[in-house]
Amino acid sequence: MNTESNIRLLVDTLTEQREKFLTQWTRTVGEDLRGRLSTAELGRELGELYDAVLEAMTAGSLDSRGEHFAETRSLLIELSRNRARQGFTPTETVRSVFALKEVLEPSLTGDADSARAYLQFARLLDGLGLLTSEAYLRTREEIISSQAEQLLELSTPVVKLWDGVVGVPLVGTLDSARTQVVMEKLLQTLVDTDSTHAIIDITGVPTVDTQVAQHLLKTVVAARMMGAQCTISGIRPQIAQTIVALGIEFGDIPTNASLSDALRQALKEVALDAEDDVRGLL
Amino acid sequence: MKDYAAECASLETVPVSTSGDVVSMRQMVRILAQRGGLSLVHQTKLVTAASELGRNMLVYGGGGSVRAASVTDAGRPGVFVEFRDKGPGIADLDLALTDGWTSGNGMGLGLSGARRLVDEFDIESGPSGTTVRIVKWAK
Repeated sequence: MNTESNIRLLVDTLTEQREKFLTQWTRTVGEDLRGRLSTAELGRELGELYDAVLEAMTAGSLDSRGEHFAETRSLLIELSRNRARQGFTPTETVRSVFALKEVLEPSLTGDADSARAYLQFARLLDGLGLLTSEAYLRTREEIISSQAEQLLELSTPVVKLWDGVVGVPLVGTLDSARTQVVMEKLLQTLVDTDSTHAIIDITGVPTVDTQVAQHLLKTVVAARMMGAQCTISGIRPQIAQTIVALGIEFGDIPTNASLSDALRQALKEVALDAEDDVRGLL
Repeated sequence: MKDYAAECASLETVPVSTSGDVVSMRQMVRILAQRGGLSLVHQTKLVTAASELGRNMLVYGGGGSVRAASVTDAGRPGVFVEFRDKGPGIADLDLALTDGWTSGNGMGLGLSGARRLVDEFDIESGPSGTTVRIVKWAK
């Protein structure tokens, strides 16, 4: 028995028992997903998929990456995108495809011919399953990278702490992209709020290596060029020891253990500046 | 330096080919250090050294792989990390280990600083790549 007659057998079986198979398939997948998707919606999705596969096989193909399966592939990609967005696991998503194997198994393993046809069909479903997991992963990666971008925006606020004092609480990893965002925001806020003091708080930065230190120093130098005093606060004991062991020198940049100390110092200087201004007028 | 890699039953391996990988490698090292009972200062020193060496590997060696494991020596727990790249190698090791010297635009403290941050430091470099092995002990 050759591939063509296998396909004919499969197409015949799938066409004759469409309703029965489809109901079973929907039920099996429904159990896996434990009611997180309505039966009606699932039935519609799988029905479309079933018909697309059947149509492609009627055209005489069993190649999941061939042109006849284009329709099936786009349906599967849509299915896995939806599943990925709704938070289903990759196993649950791919099982939607593989469950059809289990449904067909009792009807197609009666004799040697149909068993051979079943094996070929199983191979087709394996191919489609792989495709599904690829699409699932791609969607997840898209979600992750868009979240990373959102995080970049979220995690770099520049806040006004007092008249003339702005603060930058840094949280997480400080890479070149983040430094750029922080620096731009800080410099702009210094101008907008007419501030003379900036405090960069690194309590939330877990690792300060030479790259992070270099980025911090650049930010401080840029703020100084605009005439602002810049302090780095939130240096925890373990970070201080590590920075010393690494051999990084912060030079004459004032640093503090806590944000409150840095703020107190900044307020003192702001007050002194104000006094000087008054005296200058008199 | 003892061949810790051969002694370890379970080595965790991660590839490093993007700066995102450096972050996840750092987290792996941090978890190992926490499990090994290293103090907060020792953890931070080890993770910072790993960060420096991982980034060096990425910037100058074109990426590579990192293997890490918990080790013990005479009942003393520690963490072993190995950085291996297939880059062009370091022409002058003594120069590269000098404070303030850099072939790129960094601070020139990464390699020499990392050596000061850990207890054992071993570097091999040739035209077929560079391997750095470090160990940080709990006490």
